[in-house]
Amino acid sequence: MLGGAIDCDLHPSVPNLRALHPYMTDHWRDIIVQRGLSELESIAYPANSPLTARPDWRPEGRKPASTLDLVRTQALDPFRIGTAICNCLYGVQLLFSEDMGAGMARALNDWMVAEWLDKEPRLRASIVVPVQNPELAVDEIERLAGDTRFVQVLMLVMGDMPLGKRLYWPIYAAAERHNLPIGIHAGSSYRHPVTPLGWPTYYTEDYAAQAPAFQQALSSLICEGVFSKYPSLKVVLLESGFTWLPAHMWRLTKFWRGLRMEVPWVDRAPADIMRSNVRLTTQPCDAPPDRAIFQRLLDHMGSDELLLFSSDYPHWQFDGDEILPDGLPDGLAKKIMFDNPRATYARLTETV
Amino acid sequence: MNVQVAARPTVQSANASKLAIADGDIHPQRNSYKDLFPYMEQRWIEMAKTFGSRPRQAYQAGPAYPKSQPNASRRDAWPPEGGRPGSSLPFLRQQLLDENNIQLGILNPTGDNGASFQNREFGAGVAQAMNRWVEAEWLIEPRLKGSIVVPYEDTEAAVAEIERWAGDPRFVQVLMVTRTANPPGQKQYWKIYEAAAAANLPIGVHAFGFGGYPVSGSGWPSYYIEDMVGHAQSAQSFLASMVIEGVFERIPNFKMVMIESGFAWLPSLAWRLDKIWNRLKVETPHLKRAPSEYIRESVWLTTQPMEEPQPREHVLDALDWIGWDRLLFATDYPHWDFDDPTQVLPMPLPEQQRRDFFFNNAMKLYRQA
Repeated sequence: MLGGAIDCDLHPSVPNLRALHPYMTDHWRDIIVQRGLSELESIAYPANSPLTARPDWRPEGRKPASTLDLVRTQALDPFRIGTAICNCLYGVQLLFSEDMGAGMARALNDWMVAEWLDKEPRLRASIVVPVQNPELAVDEIERLAGDTRFVQVLMLVMGDMPLGKRLYWPIYAAAERHNLPIGIHAGSSYRHPVTPLGWPTYYTEDYAAQAPAFQQALSSLICEGVFSKYPSLKVVLLESGFTWLPAHMWRLTKFWRGLRMEVPWVDRAPADIMRSNVRLTTQPCDAPPDRAIFQRLLDHMGSDELLLFSSDYPHWQFDGDEILPDGLPDGLAKKIMFDNPRATYARLTETV
Repeated sequence: MNVQVAARPTVQSANASKLAIADGDIHPQRNSYKDLFPYMEQRWIEMAKTFGSRPRQAYQAGPAYPKSQPNASRRDAWPPEGGRPGSSLPFLRQQLLDENNIQLGILNPTGDNGASFQNREFGAGVAQAMNRWVEAEWLIEPRLKGSIVVPYEDTEAAVAEIERWAGDPRFVQVLMVTRTANPPGQKQYWKIYEAAAAANLPIGVHAFGFGGYPVSGSGWPSYYIEDMVGHAQSAQSFLASMVIEGVFERIPNFKMVMIESGFAWLPSLAWRLDKIWNRLKVETPHLKRAPSEYIRESVWLTTQPMEEPQPREHVLDALDWIGWDRLLFATDYPHWDFDDPTQVLPMPLPEQQRRDFFFNNAMKLYRQA
């Protein structure tokens, strides 16, 4: 494998809420202690679910990926990763209080700087924003955008409202202004059931439902006109899977042909918008069992610029060192590991 | 990437229309509630007149997302004698059945059919009336076969409705929609599937419906286009629920047809479910086989609205991966996104494959052969 690749989705974890105490204002520290909050872990990744961490990445007595040493020895070094973008999934977006959401997001980002970015030059991070309140989310972007080690703004694929809604546009305007892609990660703030049919019985279904959720997020972003208003905005789908993309391109483009009168600001075919403004990470890869089919599917995507390399560490998406989806042509693998991430994240090529 | 397959003719040969066609999705339409009154109990007539249907959506009449055409219909489908598109059997015979040589047409009376009313007892009464109306006014045409409308949110009433019609060979399917009020694989619905399987009837799951929850996990989108495209996502969650809850494992002889939800999403969903199931097996010990195996064995799909990639030939890959024996051609008459059998496939198929796709698969599934 080629050394020095850019890993676009890696998940350091917060050991517990106490670890954020030093980064909170006195007010929020007092509130957290007074009200007895000890954790903000989402049900999106149950602690002992096999998918949440690979067995050999589960340290005794500690959370997976909760120390820099673990991340170095289990991910950065063995996979010879040159640069990794940290997407912290601590559940600050899930809080109903906008103020607490903003307070916790701020603490989380400052913790990221002090505990990770300052200590390990290979790491970059996404700005976690309190999506509960777009105005506060913009404040957080403005507060941190000057630090070029933050290369992206992070949102969850499911929240209060579809992501294309105009209420969210100030976030996209701020992101575009600062050359920051919007990273949309699997997960939900669980304001609504994850399926249109209500709350599913099994975690298996919750995780399966992430792929349709990404499809709907793309429909919303495109149909509401986000890319017409912010044409240079890049959206990166994280832990989304990608083999569903061609079918969704086809369907949305077909209906756009029939229904564009409803969304006249969508001035290009949705498939073209996806190819120019949307990127997807490689793990998990919901690949067919047959290599020839996988090859056809890559053809269906219609561009070799869509995929970005990711480990999704410490989630258990692959075994051993099979970090790259099986069956990628060599030339494409190199594009996915180096060229596409650099083209997507302008800040990766800037000097820190 | 960017590999283009060789350019091929994009239209079927002219004589394709001479093929016998089976149409997996035709919508008979009533003009008003009054059409049902001859088939309805008096107390439900009063309820309909006084309070209306009260489905799990906002408006008394018409959809929450305005359609692209009145009644979402083809502009040429208004019957010359008056009435709504799809309301006239003589005109439907002429415009749809005769013109396209449709020898088997499956009627799916969707829409305001009682299946998901807030008042479940009233809904069951309306569903019953819908079936009587279809029997009396539509199944007099031998090329047409019925789907049994069931009030699926009331299991007992739904089972009773299936049993009422199970012995009538003119009804060939049990009708549900993709927007149930709870995940459809959950236990409360199993008796419906058992009754269908016992009667040798597939469950036809049509897109649409009013389950009450937003079509996306992020709430309600703004536009009709999102709602329409969203049927494919809803169908994915529907199928995932049926598979992961073990409906296909638990109920022998259970067959399901996904109607008007698209199909190209299926291969990726099956690969994804297999991968996740492999990782999380410990949660679902009731599953004895990989999700894709249940799907391959027990699920059929209608093809309208046919996906149209550029280049169009790419869609044939998706059809290959699903399996040509599991696809049923459908027109969705009288709706605006009608698929024409002479235009629907991007290239000519080998004769046998063409006959299976347009006719034999449906004849076999619906036991007409």
